[in-house]
Formats: sequence, C-alpha cells, structure tokens
Amino acid sequence: MYYTYAITGLTLLISFIINKQKTIKAIKISFIKFKKISPTFITMLIFVSIILFLFPDEVISNYLGNSSKFISVLLASFIGSITLMPGFVAFPLSGILLTKGVPYMVLSAFTTTLMMVGIITFPLEKEYFGVKVTVIRNTISFFIALIVAIITGIFFGEIFL
Amino acid sequence: MKKNVKIKITYVAIYILFLIVSFILGYNPGKEIAFNFISFLIYMLKILPCAFILIGLFEVWVKKEVIEKHLGEESGIRGYAWVILLAGTIAGGLLVAFPIAYSLYNKGAKLSIVFTYVGAAAICRIPMTLYEASFMGVKFTAIRLLVSLPLVIVTSILLENYLSKRNYKMLEGR
Repeated sequence: MYYTYAITGLTLLISFIINKQKTIKAIKISFIKFKKISPTFITMLIFVSIILFLFPDEVISNYLGNSSKFISVLLASFIGSITLMPGFVAFPLSGILLTKGVPYMVLSAFTTTLMMVGIITFPLEKEYFGVKVTVIRNTISFFIALIVAIITGIFFGEIFL
Repeated sequence: MKKNVKIKITYVAIYILFLIVSFILGYNPGKEIAFNFISFLIYMLKILPCAFILIGLFEVWVKKEVIEKHLGEESGIRGYAWVILLAGTIAGGLLVAFPIAYSLYNKGAKLSIVFTYVGAAAICRIPMTLYEASFMGVKFTAIRLLVSLPLVIVTSILLENYLSKRNYKMLEGR
C-alpha cells in the first residue's frame, strides 16, 4: 500500500516540476472522474456491507469445510463470486482453512472467484463496460476459476484421473 | 434519469435510517452492517485517491499515439506483456482496474488488451501474489497464475473478436 502512495506522490511531484498547468489539469480530471463515479461506489459499499454481514468468516469456513469436495468447490466459487474481500483478509483466512483440512482446490476456487468475479462490483463495472460485457466477462472469469480449481486439484492429488 | 436519481436517494436514505435506528435501539445486525460499511469505505479511501490521481496524470501526459502504438491494434504479443506488467504493479484489484482500463481504452488500447488488463489486475498483482504464496505455498500460487493468465489472454482475444463484429463501443464520458 505504502509504495502506491510513494509512487503517486513522486509522479505528482515530478509532473508539477515539469509543468504546473498540466498537473493542475490532471488533478481536475481526477476529481471530475472520481465525482462522477462516487455514487456508484456508495451503492456498491451498501451491497458490500450487507453481503459481508450475511457471509462472515465463520459462515464461509462452515460452507467450505463440509460436504463433498465437488460440492465444496461449487459452493466456494459461488461464495467467492458474491463476496468482496481484500487479499489481506482472504489469504490468511484461506491459510487457516488449509490447516483445518479444506482441500487446495476448494480454496483455489474461492480465492480465484473472489479476485476475478465481482457480482458486488457489477454496478461499478457496468458504468464503464456496459451491462452485456460485464455479464460476459464475469461469466468467463467464473469458468476460468473452475478450470484453475480443477487443475489445482489434479496437481495436489485431490482429484484422481 | 431524474427518476433513477430519486430512487437511488430513497434507498440510500432508507439504508442510513436503518443504521441510525439500529444504533438507537442497539440492534446488532444493523451495527455490524454499519461497521462493514465504514471499514470498507476506509479501505477504498486509502486506494482510490491515488488511483484517480494517477489516471488524471495519465490522461494529461500520455499521448494517444503512444498507447495506440504499444497497446493498440498493431501491438502484438508485446502489448500483452506490457499490460500485464502494468497490472502487476498497480495496487487495488478490480475496483481500481475498471477506471484505469477505461482510460487505456479511450487512449486507443485495443479491447483484448483492456480485458487482459482487467483480468491480470485481478489475479497477478505482484505484492498480492507474494502474500498469497506465503500463506498458500508457492506451488498453489504458481498453478493459479500459470493456468489463469493464459486463459485470461485467450478469452480476452475471443471477447474482442466477438465484440468488434458487433461494433461494440464503451460508454462515453465516465
């Protein structure tokens, strides 16, 4: 996180030294763009706050730990698709689940859908790409995640061919 | 459009009212939702200003010809390599990837490159990948990257082919 601040600050400073007017224009553009999209961010935050309430860590652990591997993979990709979690929360959680005996392929399905499929970010994504492309991109990503999970399962000896 | 805004304001108002009432009555689910909202708001406010400032600087400084040449129609394999490298170094995941992808597109990057950027921003940010490997093991992370990245590129190309036949254009003025 901090290196992002450092890079942004440094870039801004260099830009300012080279051309003051252009830099001010850039900041104006940033501000206008941010302002335009901020209502969508608020909408998304409202969804996030409710979804995270319905699916707290304990509930996720319960779902992923039970039943058969294949049902768990499907459940994991479903939960990963509808929730939104920063990596610094998701990976420690997955690490704990791993020590509890949850298969790698289930965690792979969970983390990959978490990162690639965003049902919660749908309102935001459609503002830029339009509804149709957003639906297509998320559907493709969901299947990519399933393929990743299956191959993970094969390599970790959880699926026997 | 006006009606849409009214509906939005109404449900945001209901949401806020629900949270306030929850606090007054000590209703725990409401409090938890408020806590989730605030913690995610803080998380986003940490990343978004940086991202949007960089987008602003990008819009002002980077010439359209440069993007067209390196990430446009004639860019070839190198374009994908560039854009994956770019995705790997920018923090923030999908939330930040959408506005950046949009700016790239408006500067003349081709669609398959734009979608590759979004996919790569989701799965192969370098700091996150290192973090993942420390919890899940290098093998797990390596499999995930080696399988998903080629699939992202291939599906992005297919998606571009599909969309360009239908004269797809991204929305304007975002």
